[in-house]
Amino acid sequence: MKRLLSKNTRRQTQTYAAVAAAFLIIQLLGGMGALSSSLKGMLVPICAYVVMAISLNLTVGILGELSLGHAGFMSVGAFTGVTCAVILQDLVPFAPLRLALSMAVGALFAAAVGFLIGIPVLRLGGDYLAIVTLAFGEIIKSFFNNLFLGVDSRGLHMSLISDNTHLEEGHSLIIGGPMGIGGIQKISTFTAGFILILLALFVVFNLVGSRSGRAIMAVRDNRIAAESVGINITRYKLMAFVTSAAMAGAAGTLFAMNYSTFTANKFDFNTSILVLVFVVLGGLGNMFGSIVAAAALTILPEALRQFSDYRMLVYAIVLILVMLVTNNDTIKNFLARPFARLAREKGGSVHE
Amino acid sequence: MKKKLVCLLTAFALAAGMAACGGNSDAGSSAPSESSQPESSAPEADAPAGTPTESESAPAPAAGQVTFKLGGTGPLTGAAAIYGTAAANGAQIAVDEINAENGSILFELKYEDDVHDPEKAVNAYNALKDWGMQLSLGSVTSKPAEATSTMNNEDRIFALTPSASSTAVTEGKDNFFQMCFMDPNQGSASAQYIADKKLAAKVAVIWKNDDVYSKGIHDTFTAKAGELGLEVVSDTTFADGNDTDFSVQITDAKNNGAELVFLPMYYQPASLIFAQASAMGYAPKFFGVDGMDGILTMEGFDVSLAEGVMLLTPFNADSDDERTKNFVAKYQEKFGEIPNQFAADAYDCVYAFKQALEAAAPAADVSNEDLCAAMIAQFTSMTFNGLTGENVTWDASGAVSKSPKGMIIQSGAYVGLD
Amino acid sequence: MTFLSFLISGISLGSIYAIIALGYTMVYGIAKMLNFAHGDVIMVGAYICFYAMSSFGLPPVVGILLAVVACTVLGMVIERLAYKPLRMAPSLAVLITAIGVSYFLQNSAQLLWSTNPKVFPSVVGNDGLKLFGGELSISYVTITTILTCLVIMVVLVSFTNHTRMGKAMRACSEDKGAAELMGINVDTTISVTFAIGSALAAVAGVLLCSAYPMLVPTTGSMPGIKAFTAAVFGGIGSIPGALLGGLLLGIIEIFAKAYISTQMSDAVVFAVLIVVLLVKPTGLLGKTIREKV
Repeated sequence: MKRLLSKNTRRQTQTYAAVAAAFLIIQLLGGMGALSSSLKGMLVPICAYVVMAISLNLTVGILGELSLGHAGFMSVGAFTGVTCAVILQDLVPFAPLRLALSMAVGALFAAAVGFLIGIPVLRLGGDYLAIVTLAFGEIIKSFFNNLFLGVDSRGLHMSLISDNTHLEEGHSLIIGGPMGIGGIQKISTFTAGFILILLALFVVFNLVGSRSGRAIMAVRDNRIAAESVGINITRYKLMAFVTSAAMAGAAGTLFAMNYSTFTANKFDFNTSILVLVFVVLGGLGNMFGSIVAAAALTILPEALRQFSDYRMLVYAIVLILVMLVTNNDTIKNFLARPFARLAREKGGSVHE
Repeated sequence: MKKKLVCLLTAFALAAGMAACGGNSDAGSSAPSESSQPESSAPEADAPAGTPTESESAPAPAAGQVTFKLGGTGPLTGAAAIYGTAAANGAQIAVDEINAENGSILFELKYEDDVHDPEKAVNAYNALKDWGMQLSLGSVTSKPAEATSTMNNEDRIFALTPSASSTAVTEGKDNFFQMCFMDPNQGSASAQYIADKKLAAKVAVIWKNDDVYSKGIHDTFTAKAGELGLEVVSDTTFADGNDTDFSVQITDAKNNGAELVFLPMYYQPASLIFAQASAMGYAPKFFGVDGMDGILTMEGFDVSLAEGVMLLTPFNADSDDERTKNFVAKYQEKFGEIPNQFAADAYDCVYAFKQALEAAAPAADVSNEDLCAAMIAQFTSMTFNGLTGENVTWDASGAVSKSPKGMIIQSGAYVGLD
Repeated sequence: MTFLSFLISGISLGSIYAIIALGYTMVYGIAKMLNFAHGDVIMVGAYICFYAMSSFGLPPVVGILLAVVACTVLGMVIERLAYKPLRMAPSLAVLITAIGVSYFLQNSAQLLWSTNPKVFPSVVGNDGLKLFGGELSISYVTITTILTCLVIMVVLVSFTNHTRMGKAMRACSEDKGAAELMGINVDTTISVTFAIGSALAAVAGVLLCSAYPMLVPTTGSMPGIKAFTAAVFGGIGSIPGALLGGLLLGIIEIFAKAYISTQMSDAVVFAVLIVVLLVKPTGLLGKTIREKV
């Protein structure tokens, strides 16, 4: 038991250290001007996707429920966070503070939505839960595609389906329905993203290591056994789900504030799937794996630009091959033959 | 588990390595041209010839020749790929023609894929920046263009977009220009046209609810229609993933007695609307916008369904105009398809750049910032004749002024309305 | 009358969803995997039929047969290369592979057939029945779709209930291990399931594109997701459930557009789905599996 704990702690420390090292190296390279614009432009989205992957890994890996609508929470965070940033524009001139406040608001709203959705959704199981999260993701997308929101001296105005906000002269809509949000001040920075990743890791590691975390994993491993020893299933499921939603919300704000414009369609089923791919590829419950997978798979399509039209085809093939290689014992053994001796030494390690 | 991580790390390292390589090799290939350009034409335009440069699309610049790197982003894959590929192809034809002429201005063109997504568009833009883009064709579609136009503005890289038509694209950016009409202009022009010609008193609008282009035209159309006393009796929408069955929208228009249905959308959904309306026995007048162009060249489309459809379009592939004929022929030969307005707009963009560059005659080693200033000065003062309009001018906001041509489809061909 | 015509549109749309959902549900029932590439097999089927008819001038029946054959082969090849090696892998790995296959098919289609939309020639003609003095019209495509859908369902139900292979399929879906012990070749059974599912996809593709005649490389993806929803709606794994779910989904979609809001119709459809699943957690006709302690 003790050994297990210390192994866990060691792995967590390694994860923190690796993230910090990556941050320092990139900052250093950036300082020397050795980073291409292409890579520099991807730093913030990579951070956002990493946080998304950590967040979804909490739901899928730790809680053990498949969510196909995680981009919905990102969407909630993006829209509420950016709205908050626009409102605070004059009140809080210091951009990093404004960003932090907006992310907090984004996380809060996403958590609230996560709570509301979680109550009914978590009663279901397996693929039925997956399809309901998908449905909620689509509903959130539809909602923001039809939401009009603006602010003037009389306060906040909001209307659905068509623009009935009747804003005063000189004020324009913040959220313009299908037009999404435009003219955003880009205040997201790589440093902010890095801090958010550390924060997300901190939250997840602490949750996993806590009494509640063990309860959550007990529910995942055997719901009935967990229930029989008096664990309140709904409560722990909700705890993990809401935490996960809040992190996704913060990631959404970070992501949105990196672009001058975005629409609700960005956060669709495909984005949910993209994040799910990060999680599965990185390994369920393995936060470090999620981080690496999110970063690698965000860079990969860009790195494949030289293949031009064949880019996404190559991406698809890479995706299939990686899944085959990492999950099929025959292929794995074949590839691992040169490392057979090494593998035999580590023979005790359990496949996840 | 360890092994999996090692696998992943390797994949990551590979990806990063490829990214780095991509950057390096691009830098490598562009290096000779950059180093030789100052020799070839600086400080005066007719300085002695330098070493020839290597470039894929541009021939070796001779004395007095300057090669400019022209970049653009557009959806080359995904659901919107037809627009991006058309623009990229159209621009390529113009660049090939100009380079074949071997005049004083040469171009090297590169289109990067943005999958019609602002996020990917920014990535694509950055990749072009690493490549050394000096002049930009912006982005093909509106939302991505909104994201890249801010980058263009920050980096002072001048841009002329063939087809991103929303107002937000040019708003507040002094160096981002459009080759197409702005959405609001199309909406009000259409309403004006319908009212002036007394085409109908009761109008229905079917529009795409999650599309900036459609929404922009719809809003100004309904506003203008209200002013002009046109009655909008039916106002229905569709969205991505819900764009196959239009029975409800058409029935609504029919039951409310609309005499004319306004369709601010691209031609693919419009083709379904025509087919379904005809199956329902509903035959109002249909009125489209520039996105409708292309409907006649859809493979397998029954042109009789589009009989009598009116549209405002800047480009007509069937035109008798010599340059248009030439362009259409080349396009068909090279890409096996009939070009749409996106291709024509992109083609015009390259020629507009050529005209502006010839007039400004910048030195080969001109900085992007100076080039940008020179281009702004040129574009706000010059008059351009292209496939998509005669006597085209731009105002300081970047909006183009060209008059849309009213067309009506008769026996499978456009006929001028006026 | 308007109501009736909406109902017919809904049934027509719904029967296409139903045919796609049948493919989903068969594969899910036996292989226990969500085959996200199913929607893209539909698209491939439609393209093959399109080229057979327009480029080679073959009659529609031959076109459909070609599409069915090609899709069957494609489905089996996909299963052999991408899914079979993962039979022992966690279900999420298979899900991601299916998504990879879906990307692969879409992008290959784009490279092979370009992104230019093709107008699909209707396989049954564009006319329709005019009832009530022309006030209500039902197109032949709609009639064909509904009939095909019913025929397919009846055939499938009797196939699974009365043939050896059908019994093997049911056995596999109950318990693969036990089925194997009883001498059933599980691999073959799963392959056959994929073959049937893909053949259905080809038929669905042709009907989808006949009813809504526009074909692009992404044609299959949204109907695919909707049909997946329909399959879950009706109880995934259940053949009559897929039919019921598909029809209801189509009808709800059209009615939501007509009587609630065209803008929020998708939201309404999904909201109904959520409510149904909350009341009946395994779908309308799904089997309730009692948990064993």
